[in-house]
Amino acid sequence: MYTVASFLAGLVFGLGLIVAGMANPAKVLAFLDLAGAWDPSLALVMAGAIAVGAGALLLMRKRTRSLLGAPMRLPSARNIDRRVVVGSLLFGVGWGLAGICPGPALVLVGYALPKGLVFFAAMLAGMGVFEFIERKREPATA
Amino acid sequence: MSIAWDAFTPASALIGGSIIGVAAALFAVLNGRIAGISGIVGGLLRPQAGDLSWRIAFVAGLVAAPLAYSLFAVLPEVQIDAGYAMLVAAGLIVGVGTRYGAGCTSGHGVCGISRMSPRSIVATLAFMGTGFATVFATRHLLGL
Repeated sequence: MYTVASFLAGLVFGLGLIVAGMANPAKVLAFLDLAGAWDPSLALVMAGAIAVGAGALLLMRKRTRSLLGAPMRLPSARNIDRRVVVGSLLFGVGWGLAGICPGPALVLVGYALPKGLVFFAAMLAGMGVFEFIERKREPATA
Repeated sequence: MSIAWDAFTPASALIGGSIIGVAAALFAVLNGRIAGISGIVGGLLRPQAGDLSWRIAFVAGLVAAPLAYSLFAVLPEVQIDAGYAMLVAAGLIVGVGTRYGAGCTSGHGVCGISRMSPRSIVATLAFMGTGFATVFATRHLLGL
């Protein structure tokens, strides 16, 4: 059941990205280009997603189990440390270079474009580099 | 700043955004998890028993979205302007950065702000900030 629900959530998420225009890197870059001909659309994508998602997420925060009976695993980290700041700053640089973040990267894999596949492979490699460094640093917990 | 009114698509942005919100809500309500794509994909590289199938299913759903969309309507064109070297560099940076920062546009941006998490709000401001700065640098300072 969880697997079916996961697939469904991923599918709906991907459809949303396509409808919103987020799956189109050129449109994402037009949003990030404040000094050029700015396309504010993606601000509304975020606003729409948050407006709809907030109710459900805030409601589920009080529960210990999901509707399907899974234990709630909402993030517990609250600390604003160097990792979250530096990592996010870095992510923004990569996002600004190509106009692709992880969700749209997967949708672009579905578009079967060579450029989309190259970005996805590089992103996976980057995540692999992170895992490698983490395991070397904390062999006991990784 | 000049707003490109001809490129501005408020209706599809709001509708698409709402659909993304529905997906995030579905995932939290049914599976009790955050629809954070970088975390879901990154977890595949740290395989644990019983933890793989839902991740693969979510990824498969995202990848299947263009096919599903094309069954009902003409799939919108996408345009990737970056060259291959740039895509490799960008992909590597996005991969490392999102894992180090424990989230991306979906986990911190959509879900984190929805939960009103100060940590995610800071993360979102950080990646939006360098996203804007990077495009300014590449387009207006370097002329790439």
